[in-house]
Amino acid sequence: MAPNATDDNTTAGEADDLRVGRRKAVRYVVPVTVVGIAAATIGLVPALADSGDPDLPKITAAQLLDKIAAADVEQLSGTVKITTDLGLPDLGGLESGLLSGATGGGDGSSADPSTRLTELASGTHTLRVAADGPDRQKLSLLENAAEYSVIHDGKDVWGYDSASNEVYHSTVDESADDGETPPATPKGLTEEALKAVDDTTSVTVDGTVHVAGRDAYRLVIKPKQSGSTVGAISVAVDAGTGLPLKFTLTPASGGAAVVDAGFTQVSFAKPAASTFDFTPPKGAKVTEADDAEAAPEGIGGSGDDFAKDFKGLEGLEGLEGSAGSEAPEGHEVIGEGWNSVAVFETGGAGVPSDSELNSELGSDAGGALSGFLGSFGDKVSGKFGSGTVFSTRLVNALVTDDGTVYVGAVTKDALVKAADSAK
Amino acid sequence: MSRADTAAVRPSAEAARGPNPLWTFGLLRSELVTTFRRWRTLALLAVLAAVPILVGIAVKIETGDGSSAGPGGGGEGGPAFIAQITNNGLFLVFTALAATLPFFLPMAIGVVAGDAIAGESSAGTLRYLLVAPAGRTRLLLTKYATVMAFCLVATLVVAVSALAVGALLFPLGDLTTISGTTIGFTDGLLRALLIALVVAASLTGVAALGLFVSTLTGSGIAAMATTVGLLITVQILDQIPQLHAIQPYLFSHYWLSFADLMRDPVYWDELEKNLGLQALYAAVFGSAAWARFTTKDITA
Repeated sequence: MAPNATDDNTTAGEADDLRVGRRKAVRYVVPVTVVGIAAATIGLVPALADSGDPDLPKITAAQLLDKIAAADVEQLSGTVKITTDLGLPDLGGLESGLLSGATGGGDGSSADPSTRLTELASGTHTLRVAADGPDRQKLSLLENAAEYSVIHDGKDVWGYDSASNEVYHSTVDESADDGETPPATPKGLTEEALKAVDDTTSVTVDGTVHVAGRDAYRLVIKPKQSGSTVGAISVAVDAGTGLPLKFTLTPASGGAAVVDAGFTQVSFAKPAASTFDFTPPKGAKVTEADDAEAAPEGIGGSGDDFAKDFKGLEGLEGLEGSAGSEAPEGHEVIGEGWNSVAVFETGGAGVPSDSELNSELGSDAGGALSGFLGSFGDKVSGKFGSGTVFSTRLVNALVTDDGTVYVGAVTKDALVKAADSAK
Repeated sequence: MSRADTAAVRPSAEAARGPNPLWTFGLLRSELVTTFRRWRTLALLAVLAAVPILVGIAVKIETGDGSSAGPGGGGEGGPAFIAQITNNGLFLVFTALAATLPFFLPMAIGVVAGDAIAGESSAGTLRYLLVAPAGRTRLLLTKYATVMAFCLVATLVVAVSALAVGALLFPLGDLTTISGTTIGFTDGLLRALLIALVVAASLTGVAALGLFVSTLTGSGIAAMATTVGLLITVQILDQIPQLHAIQPYLFSHYWLSFADLMRDPVYWDELEKNLGLQALYAAVFGSAAWARFTTKDITA
């Protein structure tokens, strides 16, 4: 600060009014300058940091895909920022109630991974990941003054919710674990996206980019067909290790990315061993997976489900639908590649009634919901009859009046066309 | 600006001007003594010390039958860390700071900072202070240093009171960080001290704002009311989702980031933003206060 740079002579007073007036004005220049410098710094620093993409040797898309496949990063720690904007209406508390309801009404423990990680389906979240070989991983969801951590250490899988001081514990057969990391990280998301790569997809390398202080290639995956709601998937692949560092899914309709997950900081050094040590704190409420009566399907007491729990999240992101090959068993898939549409026969009426919703969600929330749901949908009709289309920015669903559900990452028109062709 | 900075600035000013170097320290000492001997200041500190006592007793009563504190499921409601207090008294320090930081602490700072210049002015003592060969800049720096000292003392009063109550009512021992790792009690105490210092530093923005308001008016009450009013306004603005574009620039936005010190490893991003923002507010409103105070006519 500069106060002493100027002599604070306070007795000059009556001498010269003009001079005093000018000095008054000059002094106010100091705070104004400080504000100006701060504003310039805030505005310019990100712009300067962005300039200059790294200079890397040319590489073909196939080589880059091989690099991703060969990537064998055993040890890493870093911070991931994930932003999802599915264009769902902001339902606030109701949304989380619905999501936990949708996973089976699991009000067992707030430390249960499946109930907590569905939170990632909307908004911006900061995650911390750490891994040391296939047996030790940790994923933490940073919240205000609290944190939710999933720790995999050998045969133990712990979920710890510091806000409520609750612990969820399950065990995993060490041999059965293949070290699958949850797809909430750019790597997992990229793997899911690459499953969709076939002859309906164009894969290109589009220059280079800096991510989390590392040089990376930009891989762009685009559907060749029209009708998909997926505009492009862009993946920043670390030039050194082949690890995907940033995953961005932009919708065909334009606008903000639907999913944007990227490292803001990453280190390939071995994380401290204490990172993976977890002892339930004294007095914490521990829920064992086996004891969790209210546990949703899929939590069968095996830590393998740790990975499966995240599938719910993928489903929400429409990646399963778009991948086609991953469509759940017992459901028909029509169309191919990015335009594949999953068909479910519910056997019931179109938009579910109160009682159905009540029984499905296992709560009274259903009553208010049916009218509410109807208000979101658009009525459509075609050769298949008539029905209601529910739209998000990525996934559209058509519920016909005779109870058939068509879901896909395709536009409304393509969905109606698919339904027509199915009849 | 911290006290260390004023200390660094002072000697060069002395060399240039020539009054007795001890004079500034004398001025600072007399300011500190005057401030901390006021009944008003002592009452504020007593209120701050009472908050952890109330929280501790409430948690003790609630969990007397063995149930856990805080909401079981969502973790919403109640100050941060409240669920862990029963198992480790040290968490009462963090809970108490989280409970007092949004309002009690800045309000106390606002009262002291708002009173700093305007109070002297309304009591008619400001011109006598200026008769002494200290100069207005140095008087202002002394006042700001005093307010900063009060920030530190107020925060430490909350922390020490919470630690005492926590140690009396609850067990102490190794504590689990919010990331799930375990750290020793000494490490925990160090982190508690660090958190107290960060909380005190989080208040520098409010202190500078209060000092600036204090130079604008001749009425101590008006300056205090304006500072506390601004504080409440900013807190409300920080809650309105539609204003999220400006919220990162509100001085209270990153206040609760001190909890990031309880992560393992520590998550520095928001802490750095918080301290940077406080430094910016201190620079802007400190220099504005200087511009105003060194040029205004002192009539009382």
